[in-house]
Amino acid sequence: MTDASADQSKWSMVGKDPWTMPIEKIDLSHPGIWQANEFLPFMERLRLEDPVHYCAESAVGPYWSITKYKDIMQVDTSPEIFSSEPTIGIVDTYDEYTLPSFISMDPPKHDEQRRIAQPVVAPANLKRLEHLIRQRVCNILDELPLETEFDWVKEVSIELTTQMLATLFDFPFESRHKLTFWSDAATAIPGAGVVSSNEERWAAMEECLQVFTCLWNERVNAEPGNDLVSMLAHGEATQNMPPMEYLGNIILLIVGGNDTTRNSISGGVLALNENPAEYDKLRADRSIIPNMVSEIIRWQTPLAYMRRTALVDTELGGKQIKAGDKVVMWYASGNRDSEVIDRADEFLIDRDKARQHLSFGFGLHRCMGNRLAEMQLRILWEEIMQRFDMVEVVGQPERVYSSFVKGYTHLPVRLHGLN
Amino acid sequence: MVKIKFIEHSGQEHDVETNPGASVMIAAVSNSVPGIDADCGGACSCATCHVYVDQEWLVKTGEINPTEEAMLSLSTDRKDNSRLSCQIQVTEDLDGLVVTMPEFQF
Ligand code: HEM
Ligand code: FES
Repeated sequence: MTDASADQSKWSMVGKDPWTMPIEKIDLSHPGIWQANEFLPFMERLRLEDPVHYCAESAVGPYWSITKYKDIMQVDTSPEIFSSEPTIGIVDTYDEYTLPSFISMDPPKHDEQRRIAQPVVAPANLKRLEHLIRQRVCNILDELPLETEFDWVKEVSIELTTQMLATLFDFPFESRHKLTFWSDAATAIPGAGVVSSNEERWAAMEECLQVFTCLWNERVNAEPGNDLVSMLAHGEATQNMPPMEYLGNIILLIVGGNDTTRNSISGGVLALNENPAEYDKLRADRSIIPNMVSEIIRWQTPLAYMRRTALVDTELGGKQIKAGDKVVMWYASGNRDSEVIDRADEFLIDRDKARQHLSFGFGLHRCMGNRLAEMQLRILWEEIMQRFDMVEVVGQPERVYSSFVKGYTHLPVRLHGLN
Repeated sequence: MVKIKFIEHSGQEHDVETNPGASVMIAAVSNSVPGIDADCGGACSCATCHVYVDQEWLVKTGEINPTEEAMLSLSTDRKDNSRLSCQIQVTEDLDGLVVTMPEFQF
């Protein structure tokens, strides 16, 4: 165990009483309570007693926690006060190996770069890919065993997300697991499993660039296709993109669509199992699926927060935030704020205004892949309901050790066919 | 009451009547006009309430403020007469307004 991780364990809040511990000691950033699924009451107390909360000491230094829907909205829509630079994770990265990507840029640079990448995941293009994505979903579901326990995360959530990425890029299908590896490597902390050093991480990125450069060269000389590489290679605004910018965009698309969609796929199965009346509603009326997809994404909140950095001294919720302070918008908390969301602590697949959740963020950085994510989940659930009466959870789920990526490493299930 | 005509991308028309004061987005959503998602509930921060305003109404619907301009400028379907309908206030002057929806909200 390294010094850093030994040190971190003293910060864990697992097992502490959220309602009686000193409120200033509450630290949502430590991954322990997220993995143990104990985070909800801590967030509830902050919303009630100290919605703009300062945590003076944590393993990642001092930071503000914003926990109410309306305050989060205000931070998210004030990029001139709350910057996305240098990074949107709570840990500062002083790393010359970080790829430039527009998720951690402010206007005007952010806007320029986003405008270039955006058309590839715009609904008009997605429509052309729908048929192929559906075919691949069907292939995976048709191979699954009935009445036998297996891990939904591995066999479905990861496999499907990987195949969908391969579909989007028209990536060589047999090598598709490289996409998942590059995604993991791009976000990995050296030494924590995926890669052992920054050099190793960079080697993975160089390999990624090499492979995607080959794909580019192949497609730029062919007829324009519907895949993302071909669109970038033939697009007027993108055909002269420098290599690092091309790589930055590719990695952002791979990373953005990987864990998030994967964990929404797992989270939906778990939520329906924990709420059997909702599963019944779904069986009775499949036209509910698009609405349910939004509710699953709210309920799961695949990214628990986004971080901003104050550019100037400012006031929020009566608190004085200083220039340079880290400000963390806890979407996972705002999505449970009953002041804005009716019966926020209930999973209701037919709820009104299901789309008005925070999971995609708001403002200029609002998730670019949101329509793609929704389409993937909609197709998946349409095809699940064609085949199975129930995807039954038959054991305890295991959760990711992270306060950022909110998701599952293991979800044992058994499938029951339609009668 | 103020009359507004919403025309879907397919050509399907929806005539609604609404009180002055609210936004054009609210007029659409509260009358179940399809094609306006309004994910942010009118906070000018999602651009899923995008409409095209008929040329003759452009002046009456008012100025585009910098926040709306920033959101619109990121839209793939931006046109000269694009507006975010949550930022158009319904007034008596807008009686007869005609707006068209893009094929997709993004
Ligand atoms: C349910 C699934 C998803 C969730 C919950 C999600 C969540 C988010 C959030 C919260 C942001 C805002 C970042 C910020 O404000 O700093 C974001 C941005 C982004 N997402 Fe997603 N995402 C999902 C799926 C996807 C997919 C499938 C893609 C791939 C195409 C994608 C690509 C992006 C990109 C490129 C950005 C950066 C946008 C910008 O900075 O302007 N996301 N996502
Ligand atoms: S409703 Fe979100 S921008 Fe108009």
